[in-house]
Amino acid sequence: MLHRLRFIPGRLVQSVPVAFGVTLIVFFLAHLLPGNAALALLGERATEQSVAALTAQLGLDQPLWKQYLIFLQQLAQGNLGTSLTYQTPVTQLVLQAIPVTLSLLLYALVLALLISIPLAALAAFRPGGARDLGVRGFTLVGQGLPQFWVGIMLILLLGVSLRAFPVGGYGDDAAGHLYYLFLPALTLAIAMSPTIIRSLRSSMISVLGAEYVGTAKAKGAYGVQLFRGHVLRNAAIPTVSIVGVNLGYLVGGSLVIERVFALPGLGSLMINSIFTRDFPTIQGVTLFVALFVVVVGILTDVVYTALDPRVDLSRTARA
Amino acid sequence: MSAPTAVLAARRQTRRAARSRSLRPWYRSGTLVAGLVIVGLLVLVAVLAPVIAPFDPVKQDLLNALQPPSGTHLLGTDKYGRDVLSRLIWGARVDLRVGFLAVLIPFVVGTVVGGVAGYAGGWLDTVLMRVVDVFFAFPFYVMVIVLVFVFGSGELSIYLAIAAVSWVSYAKIVRGEVLVAKEQDYVVAARLGGMSHARILVRHIGPNVLSQAIIYGMSDIVMDIMAIVTLGYLGLGIAPPTAEWGSMINDGQEFITTQWQQATVPGLVVVLTSLGLSWLGDGVSDLLSPERRK
Repeated sequence: MLHRLRFIPGRLVQSVPVAFGVTLIVFFLAHLLPGNAALALLGERATEQSVAALTAQLGLDQPLWKQYLIFLQQLAQGNLGTSLTYQTPVTQLVLQAIPVTLSLLLYALVLALLISIPLAALAAFRPGGARDLGVRGFTLVGQGLPQFWVGIMLILLLGVSLRAFPVGGYGDDAAGHLYYLFLPALTLAIAMSPTIIRSLRSSMISVLGAEYVGTAKAKGAYGVQLFRGHVLRNAAIPTVSIVGVNLGYLVGGSLVIERVFALPGLGSLMINSIFTRDFPTIQGVTLFVALFVVVVGILTDVVYTALDPRVDLSRTARA
Repeated sequence: MSAPTAVLAARRQTRRAARSRSLRPWYRSGTLVAGLVIVGLLVLVAVLAPVIAPFDPVKQDLLNALQPPSGTHLLGTDKYGRDVLSRLIWGARVDLRVGFLAVLIPFVVGTVVGGVAGYAGGWLDTVLMRVVDVFFAFPFYVMVIVLVFVFGSGELSIYLAIAAVSWVSYAKIVRGEVLVAKEQDYVVAARLGGMSHARILVRHIGPNVLSQAIIYGMSDIVMDIMAIVTLGYLGLGIAPPTAEWGSMINDGQEFITTQWQQATVPGLVVVLTSLGLSWLGDGVSDLLSPERRK
């Protein structure tokens, strides 16, 4: 087991240039602003002094390479700059928002698996049958659903009509979080599930055709027991990497959904900063989210290796 | 879902299922025809908007604000008294136009970068693919929202923002296809025949690898329509008062308890649009798949 995880240091080294590239792009965002960035950010609030002050604060009066070095140096100290709106460190704002977004993502992942595994099994059991067609119809329509609209529809059905769930806010304790986050997490889960179902369904179909499943059936394994004991773990392996690859997209989606349900996470932080033209905060959230995606990519590889004893990334890396 | 690998895997799967029926002429393919009909009707509605929309989509009539659906206003009126049905019809122009036009730049840029990287190999390939990895780290919506902010409001900056984010998927797909194609006998033969690299890449490899990019492009149109609708919902899209489906949903959310149809119907139209485009994409994927050409 352990020797198969030898690829991790190499994988980390591989992501270093990517992480640098990410910082470079986030750094250059400020220079893509048309004209004088400070003037563009201040808009109508601009006075000669405030433009000069902001130019100095953003370090825009320095030569470009020096600006980037300062940016990296600050970053290494965990300093993402100061929010123009709140006058507090951006790092602090981001850290406050992370738990909300992260718990929304994990909650949604759990719900998505609760939706996807039974549906995929139902579809895979008899491909081409009526249940399979139904599940495939769901995945086809599910892909075309605008996420924020699904959120609004859930608010309409479960929040307003049935009054079963709260439609905004975050709750105060763990149980409260679970209750308050249910609708947003379900929204995100509905967005995740079509991809998971499709991947699981096709790998379940191929696993079901394998000889060891035939043997298990001959020995009397049936129904749920067959799926849990023999099919699911093997079928789950490709799905892990599909979920990993798509997580970046889901992070983006969760930011929009936070907006629908007024959750105080990274998404609300970013979109509010867009409206208040709070550029350091926009940069900070963007940088954090992108680095998070890079880390998730590495984690996906680790989980993938741990699940499947045949995969040895340290060997393929050397080849 | 955005990941090109996931999209292509799904396409391959449908294609395998479709292999038996792929010998039939195109008009016998149910999904292709259904997709064509839906998309065709939507395009027709968009083109004929000035003729078929019963009211001016932006003219305010505050005395008749928030009317329930009636004979005059089939879907009621919004908070400014504008006819919801007319806005829905005019919105098709904006959303479909952006969806179709936004794929063009990333398609071209990504195909060129991916083709060159895959064909050249070596350090150029390594560098270009690292750049692709960097762009891939930014979640689609995050980058589009930030870039629309940076470029300033307006339709052009939406095109640029989407292009800056989504070219990487085309680059990845085309590179993968070129890597396979350049080992094929016909490419080796062309090289031995003394043809220039540019000619081999454009005339010989190009036509054989483009189909995958086109297939991905069909699903990318759906992504781009989602993006413009989402931007509109967040208030970062096409500036008001222009009718656009996403901003209509945003307007309607305020009155969800009294006028539920205002947020619901534009969303349903988006779902119908993406369903039609997905079917069309599946059908085109069947037509373009190599198994069919044999």
